Amino acid sequence: MNDQAQIVVEGVTHTYRPPRGRPVPALAEVSLEVRRREFFALLGPSGCGKSTLLYLIGGFFATEAGRILVDGEPVAAPGADRGIVFQHFALFPWKTVRANVRYGLERLKIPRAEREARAQAMIDLVGLRGFEDSYPSQLSGGMKQRTAIARTLAFDPSILLMDEPFGALDAQTRALMQTELLGIWQRTPKTVIFVTHDVQEAVYLADRVAVMSARPGRIKTIVETRFGNRDPSLLRSPAFVEKVEEIWNLVRIEAIKAQGTEAP
Amino acid sequence: MTRVVVRYLPILILALAWEAASRLGLFSSLTLPALGDVAASWLELIRDGDLVSNGLTSMYRGTAGLVLAVVIGGGLGVAMASSRVVNALLAAPIEVFYPLPKSALIPVTVLWLGFGDGSKILLIFLGCMIPVTIGAYNGARGSDQVLLWSARSMGASRLRTLWDVVVPSALPEMLNGIRTALALSFILLVSSELIAAQQGFGYLIGYLGDNGSYPGMFAVVLTVAFLGFAADRLFQLLTGWLLRWRE
Repeated sequence: MNDQAQIVVEGVTHTYRPPRGRPVPALAEVSLEVRRREFFALLGPSGCGKSTLLYLIGGFFATEAGRILVDGEPVAAPGADRGIVFQHFALFPWKTVRANVRYGLERLKIPRAEREARAQAMIDLVGLRGFEDSYPSQLSGGMKQRTAIARTLAFDPSILLMDEPFGALDAQTRALMQTELLGIWQRTPKTVIFVTHDVQEAVYLADRVAVMSARPGRIKTIVETRFGNRDPSLLRSPAFVEKVEEIWNLVRIEAIKAQGTEAP
Repeated sequence: MTRVVVRYLPILILALAWEAASRLGLFSSLTLPALGDVAASWLELIRDGDLVSNGLTSMYRGTAGLVLAVVIGGGLGVAMASSRVVNALLAAPIEVFYPLPKSALIPVTVLWLGFGDGSKILLIFLGCMIPVTIGAYNGARGSDQVLLWSARSMGASRLRTLWDVVVPSALPEMLNGIRTALALSFILLVSSELIAAQQGFGYLIGYLGDNGSYPGMFAVVLTVAFLGFAADRLFQLLTGWLLRWRE
């Protein structure tokens, strides 16, 4: 398995230091390996440090203890090999849909003609043709997240880091986006790390689900969640429901613990 | 169109009242010359070329000072928000300089650069820089960490994110600051030219007043008022266009 691992996290401990207030231990001795082209979910109660772990892999924070390797190299800074999609989209509000999608291609100095063609292809892929010249403030939540996904796919990172990308969407949009993401992932194979607190979403999308414990976050267990097919009918199959139940029980214990550690 | 007419109707009424008041002898023509006489003097000043040549001088000084203030002030504000060292160096001097009435610097700038363009440009630059810097600083400080990360993860260097993320984030507040600076530039321009200049709107107002050509003096004052108003309207149009991405 080691030779297949694209992302290696080894003994990572991290303390969150807010500008004011006391430092909070966010991660303790986290180790995991993610295989190339695997869809890997990080699941846990809010405040368990799952986003922190994602940001460490993204290179947005320096690793304090332990190490993180991507393709065998230690992570030192953000890079275009790791595309990220945030919960609140993080689109540039002053750029149109087209200009947002083009941004990464411009930074990577892709020639103009190819840049335009790729941006248009991504906009078509996520179904936003006709909205190229709209600003994010004119789009619905689902359309904003499609734009964000198109923007990240456009520069073709081999790793996709997704931080609760569908958390801000309504239930229907969310279900549609999940199916679309699976489609995109099957057409353009990438390694995906997907942070969520939604058990069903994690089991449906991922090959493996890492259940994290309450603060400070540790990997409690990693569960195989690979099913033969992934069409929406899977959601009603007994095997799927049973898997959700099994993982939900693991998460519930942690959620209760997390509430217990909240400051009064 | 009707809305515009209704909006500016009070100005027309005021103008008519002015004309009537002096025609009816409510004020002496020395205190308040009739608007018709003012208009006649204005035409004369245009024909002589006095208004145009002095006006061009003033507009050059104002534009140069303001452009310097926007470029340097905006740059300093963004730098202060992005670098703790720059902030530590500049915060205290700006705090101390902020409440100083900038007109107090008129004699100082004249002492340094004489009666010509240089002293006016320096004065306007110094006075107008502060609101631009403060606007840019506050706006830049509010830029979203996640947008910075986003840009970095798409291959932007740290320096590049200043231009791509921090400056556009700072733009709305910076434009507010520039609008204040624009009004301030007119104040500083005319007062410095009134006190120590051989050319410009302020000089012309003082000169005509000293020689008792009151209709001419009023004509220049009204011209400056109109230019200030027009500049502000144009600036608001520009602001609307630059911020068209907002709701």
